[in-house]
Formats: sequence, C-alpha cells, structure tokens
Amino acid sequence: MSRLVLTDVNRRFGTVTAVDRFSLTLQAGEFVSLLGPSGCGKTTTLRMIAGFLEPSEGTIDMDGRRISAPGSTLPPEKRNMSMIFQSYAIWPNMTVAENVAFGLEVRRVPKDEMRIKVQRILDVVQMGHLGGRYPQELSGGQQQRVALARAIVVQPAVLLLDEPLSNLDANLREEMRYEIRRLHDEFHITTVYVTHDQAEAMVTSDRIAVMHQGRIEQVDAPRALYARPRTRFVAGFIGRTNLLGGLVRGEDVVFDHFTIARDRFAEAAALQGQVSFSLRPQSIHLYRQSPPASERVCVVPGVVAQRAYLGEHWDYTVRPAGSALALRVTARPHEVFELDEKVWLELDPRQMALLEPE
Amino acid sequence: MREKSFVIWLLLIALLLLLVINPLARLLWASFEHPETGAFTLANYAAAYGRWRHVEALINSLVIGLAVAALCTVFGVPMAWAVSRTDMPGKGLVWAAVLGTFIMPNYLGAVAWILMAGPNAGWLNRVYTAITAAEAGPFNVYSKTGLVLVIACYSFPYMFVFTRSALDLISSEMEDAASTLGAGALRTTLRVTLPLALPAILGAFIVEFLESIALFGAPALIALPARFQVMTTTLWQMFEFPPRVQEAAAYAMPLLLITVFLFWLQYRIIARKGYVALTGKGGERRLVRLGPWRWALLAYCLFVTSLSFFMPMLVVLQAAFARAWGRGFSWDNVTLRNLRFVLFDQTATRAATMNTFVYAAAASVIALTLALAIAYIVARRLVPLGRALTYVAMAPFVIPGIVLAIGFYAAYTTKPLVLYGTAWILILAFATRFLPIAYTNSDAALRSINPELEDAARILGAGRLLSLRRIVAPLLKRGLAGAFILVFIPATRELSSAIFLYTTGTQVLSVLLFDKSDEGNFEVLSSMGLILVVVTVALVLVGFRMVGRDFLLRRTAT
Repeated sequence: MSRLVLTDVNRRFGTVTAVDRFSLTLQAGEFVSLLGPSGCGKTTTLRMIAGFLEPSEGTIDMDGRRISAPGSTLPPEKRNMSMIFQSYAIWPNMTVAENVAFGLEVRRVPKDEMRIKVQRILDVVQMGHLGGRYPQELSGGQQQRVALARAIVVQPAVLLLDEPLSNLDANLREEMRYEIRRLHDEFHITTVYVTHDQAEAMVTSDRIAVMHQGRIEQVDAPRALYARPRTRFVAGFIGRTNLLGGLVRGEDVVFDHFTIARDRFAEAAALQGQVSFSLRPQSIHLYRQSPPASERVCVVPGVVAQRAYLGEHWDYTVRPAGSALALRVTARPHEVFELDEKVWLELDPRQMALLEPE
Repeated sequence: MREKSFVIWLLLIALLLLLVINPLARLLWASFEHPETGAFTLANYAAAYGRWRHVEALINSLVIGLAVAALCTVFGVPMAWAVSRTDMPGKGLVWAAVLGTFIMPNYLGAVAWILMAGPNAGWLNRVYTAITAAEAGPFNVYSKTGLVLVIACYSFPYMFVFTRSALDLISSEMEDAASTLGAGALRTTLRVTLPLALPAILGAFIVEFLESIALFGAPALIALPARFQVMTTTLWQMFEFPPRVQEAAAYAMPLLLITVFLFWLQYRIIARKGYVALTGKGGERRLVRLGPWRWALLAYCLFVTSLSFFMPMLVVLQAAFARAWGRGFSWDNVTLRNLRFVLFDQTATRAATMNTFVYAAAASVIALTLALAIAYIVARRLVPLGRALTYVAMAPFVIPGIVLAIGFYAAYTTKPLVLYGTAWILILAFATRFLPIAYTNSDAALRSINPELEDAARILGAGRLLSLRRIVAPLLKRGLAGAFILVFIPATRELSSAIFLYTTGTQVLSVLLFDKSDEGNFEVLSSMGLILVVVTVALVLVGFRMVGRDFLLRRTAT
C-alpha cells in the first residue's frame, strides 16, 4: 500500500501534448480509474507511473520518494509495481505457475516459499488446478486471471491495469469487473485502472478521474461524478444527458420557453449570466395530467416527439411547448405514452448540475 | 534515462558502422586518393575510364544486363501466370524445379552449361552431330549469347517470385468485372491481369538487371575464355598483383550509383499507389481454364526448367560421379573418387569445404546478432535517430557484392585495423553482405512479439537484459532459425566478395571452384558444386519443416 502523488505531469511526443498538467493524489490503498475516450492520454499517464515513459515536465512521487522527473526516472523494474496489460502479456513459453513465479524469482524468494505463494494466489483467482498448463491452452478469462495472479503475488506497492478487460466478451467482462474489485477488497493494493468503459470504472473504483485531451476534467467518486458532472464533456461521457442552456435574469433562470426560480438550484449562489446544466434522462418524469405543483419541482407542458421501447425502459424525446429543446426522458416500461401525446414534464432543479462555462 | 544496457547498444551500433559505413567511406575515399602520396586526385577515374577496354566492359555489362532481364521476363512471367492463375497440370513439379534452380549457384550452372554447350565436346553438340551427322554442333556457350542464357537461367526465379506474388493478390473479381463487360479470357488476361501485375514485373526487371551486372561467377567462367570483359571481370583483373585498389574503387563507382538509383526506382514503382489490387488479399480467386492449351503451357515451363535445372543437374551429377565426364553415361564410368578427393584426399579442398561452412555459420551468427540488436534498438527507440540505423543495416542490399569487397579491402588492409589475410575479413564481409536478409527477418520476428510481454517482465522487477534473456530470446528462437538458414545458404556459396578477400588458407569452396576452373577438371568442379547443393537442399528441408513451405521463395526483397 503506497501513496502516489502526480504533480503537474506533462508528456509531449514531438509537438503533440499527450498529457497536460496532470495532478492527482492516490491515498494508500485507494482504487482510482482513469476514464476517457481513446487518445485522451490515460495510457500515457499509466506508462509514466510505471516508468516506461518519462514525463516531459512534472514529477511523480511514491511514499514521499521521487520516482519520476524529467531526466531522472527510476526504471520500471525498480518501482515494485505490477501491471496488467491489454494483451494480458502472459509469456507463452512458460506454464501458468512459471508465469506467476517469475516476479518472486526475480525477487529471490526461496523455492519452497515461492511454491506456496504461487499455489495460494492461483487458488485465490480460482486457477489452482491449472498451474501446469501453457497459456495457449487457456481461455481469455483464464489468461486474465493468470495475469491478475502474476501481478498480485509479488505484493506490489502499486497495481496498474491498462484496459484489462477490453479483449473479453461481454459476459466475462462483467464477471471480471467484480473479480477485480473483490481482489482489491482482499489485498488493498493502491490501484490505477485505465479504461474507456464507464461501467467498468463505476464498478471497480473508489474514485474516477475523467480525462479529455490530456487533461483531467473531473475527479470524483462514481456517484458524485454521475449526479454532479462539472463539465459538458463529463456530463456527456458518463451516461446520457440533456444539456440545458439558460440565462440568469434577476431572481429567475430563463430557459427556452420556461423559467425556474433561481433559489431552487443547488448552486444558486454561483448562477450568473449564461449558464448551462446537465439533467439526466431518468431525473425527468412524465405525467399525463399536470402533477401538483410544489416548492421543489418545476412542471412544464410538452409533446412526445419520438419514442423507443428498449425492453428495460422507454426512451422518449419530449419537446416542451413552444420550445426548440428536445429532452430525452427515460421511463419505466409501464409508462406508455403515444407519439404527439401532450404530456407534463416534471424537472427537479436540484438534480440539474451546473456545468463550467466552456 | 540511461540504462546499464546503453553501453552495449552503443558498441553494437559502432560495429554496424564499422561493417557498413567504414568500407563505403573508404571506397569513396580511395577513388580520389593517389596510390603513393595519398593526395586528392582525379587520376584514378582517368585511369579507370581512360581505356577503351574498360569502357567496353562497362557497355558489355549493361547490354548483357538488359538482355538478361528481358530473357528473364520471357522465362518467368508466363510460368508465374501459369502457376498462379491457370489450371495447368504439374504445378508442384514446376514449383520444385524453380526452387531447384534457385538452389543452384550460378557458377555451378555455368559449369553445367560448359559441359552442355561447350564447343565440340558439349552434350548438346554431341547429340546434335549424332542426329544430323553434321561436322560440328551449333552451340557455343563461350559467347555473349551463351552468357546471357546462363545468367538468365539462374536469375529468372526472382521474376517468377515477384510476378507470382503480385498475381496471387489480384482478386478474380477484377477479372470478372472485365468478363461481364464482354471481354474474353485472353483479352482479360492481357488488359486486366497482367497490367495489374506490371509494377511487380517492372520491379523484378530492374532487380534482374542489377543482379546480372553485379554477378562475377558465371561471367568469369564464360566471358574470360570467350575473350570479352564485363565490369566485374575487369575489376577482378585490377586486383591482379599488384592490386590497383584506387583505380578499382573509381571504376566501381558508377556500378554503385546505378545500383542505388535503380533500387530506389524499383522501390518507387512497387510502392506506387493506385494499384489497389495489390494492397491486400482480394476476394476469391478462380483459375483460368485453358483447355488443351494447358499442356502447351506445361511444356513451356518444363522447357525453361530443363534449361535451368533438369539438364544442368543431370550433367553435374554425371560429371561428379564420372571417371571422365566425356565418356558418358555408363556404369563402368561411375566412381566416388571425385567426391572423396574433394572431401578427404586433397588438403586444399578439404580445408575449403571446412572453411565454407565455418565462415558461413560465423557470418550468419554475427549478422543475426547484429541485425536483431539493431532491430530491437529501433523498435524500442533506445537511442535518438534510431530510424537511420535501419537504413544503414539495409544499405548492403543496394551494394553489389564486388563493390562491398573492394570497400572491405580498402578499409581493412591497412592500419589501424588489418583484417586482410585472416578469416575475419571474409566472415565480416559475408555478414555485412547478408545483413539486410538478417535484418528484415529479425525485424519481422521481433514485431511478432508483443512489446507488452517484455514490459510485463520489466514491471515485475527484471532489468532489460534479464527480460531479453528470459522472455524475448526464447520467443524469437523459431523465427530466427529460419532467418539463420536464409543467411547461411547464400553465405556458403558467396563468390563475388570472397574472390577479392581470400588468401592462401582462407579459401572457400566457391573460390576454389573458380580457381580450379582453368584446369579443366570438371569432375572435381562438379563434385564441389554438388556438395554445396546437397547441404543447401538439406537446410531448405529443415527450413520447410520449421518455418513453412514458402520461406525461401517468399518475396522479402522490398
């Protein structure tokens, strides 16, 4: 368990800046995901933490010790970290047990102790009976488990995972998410997990750092990230959302053909001039009759413009009366509305997350 | 971020520069250097090109090169089309015969053709006089026509391989598109299929031309007795005692420049965009039905391979096991004396046999180690400007062997590093000459290994050298075995650079074979050639088992 501190880390390749002023502190035993679309710099960041790449600027410290800085970077083999690769990187010329034993061998662990440790960790990942197999004889999920065992058995200070599930099929991917979290709960290794899949990040992480164009957009616990995205990018990348632009006029926030009193918003004090909000489709409710008005919610008439039945839920697009807006609304399967039907939209201002101006 | 291994990389890069750049630099330098004073002079160029004899040899080389390339096209293209696109029978036989041709060293082919088409005594002439009762046969290998035919016989496999790989990639849909518009099979082939393969054919044409102007073995065996000269034989004569290195260097410059330019042109032609059909595997391919014509095509293929393989192999085998080859095919003429003489009785040939394989093995190991290290350095960006190393490692590909040998001679006969007179100059010259083969194969082998396998070892605490030893090396073994064979085979038969660099005691079979050719003992020459062929065949079979059937005749040249 180690504390990992990245301070103003920059990485350029030629004229391209891949990682831009990246600062993040991981507490000992914390599980943090780097989440973002491909090319956002998350893998570059991970490879800098691992020591495969040197930062162009900035520093990385582990437990108060400087491990990366421009011109002086501790090589990967001296960092006492482990990494799980996208390709699993299981060595095809060694058996499962030999693969897992490699890190212990390098650390000169005595033979007997090594055998015990290897067997124990293989049991933990439910591969105890397959130690003598060669990687070619294993399924993708089993290879993934070997990779996990190999990485954990050395009790690394930090565990790094680079899109470890992207080569698995959907069912297995879901199973392995929980497996990874289970192992973290068992061993409490400080972990950095790189992924482009928000569900993976949500299941596994204590905190998620959303990255975009080399920068951190927002770092937060999964729930906070979903409920209160701070930028337009985060709002759009984590789940689906509606973006509402408004103008603060006196005590009101004026939207396209409806108005909400300013003091009903969570960030009432911060509202000024042009503002934009993110509102999740499942935070909007649809009614056939106007629901009773209350202090908390705001009711707006509208018309169903589009609908799709997706089995688990309905997906509606509703236009508020007279407005050019098209709001996406998620409704439960029994909430059936016809196309062009007049409906009432119930909006909860406190669930509308204020986004930073672009 | 300097690792411990950094010093090793620098040493290997230094070796690369010593093998490739230094000889070339010294060659260029020597061409402007006064033989005695060492001052700058243009006199070498004046001496090299001031004699009509030398200019004539240059013209001969160019004319013969063009003729060879044309003849190779006539030989190779129809065969490639037949094997790739038609329902001709006996494809396996034709393919095996082309492989056999490829395995035969060109100088052994020349010896075979001397036995077949030597004036008067040649087999073809004897058959002709026996049938027609004429005074003398019409065939004479000791002529420019004879030389062109011999060279073409042993270089047309390139044309075959280039064209065939191109044709293999053209989808039948291309042809179908023409057929649906009303074109017949012949028109489709001539207007669609062949034009699509044209860049490959042009590229092969250039390669054939360059091969033949750089060739030493066959021209020396045929042109010298026929009393005409080509560039390579002229260069060789400049090395008769006392060697005129500076003049030779100056004389070799145009050969080097032509080669570099044409290889560049070849690269451009092959790489040209717009020939979409060649960029990927096309759809399904169907064979053209030839009807009775397929027998005619097979006859043509067998005719060509008879000239290049079946007949020459037959006469070489006969001579190798004959008391006197002229006494023909009878049991009382059969003997093992020649082989025993070459392998055991005579010190010179015994030593040469040994040298051949020891040098080739040493050269292969050096070339592969160096190539692998350079490929690794480039792939992992371990030093700045690594890309440039690729070009250096590939440079010998465009240097004719004979030019490289003169460069080695110029670089390593004088201080500070005197290698001339030792086996090392031959070993290093071979290693350099075949470095590009080693490099392309090492690079491919290395690329087939996911770098994450190595990263995984590093992050678990293994340093770079330990990761290389424990992870990368075991994974490379298989791929490199094939590469070893691909370097070893040409190294055992290399003549054009060896002829300039050997001394007494460091002869190899190819050199000895050439040296003995003026004694006229064709039984012994054939035996020596046969040893090379047998070893090569054995290695090729090993290669087939380990790497797959296409490993030798694969087009890696670009």
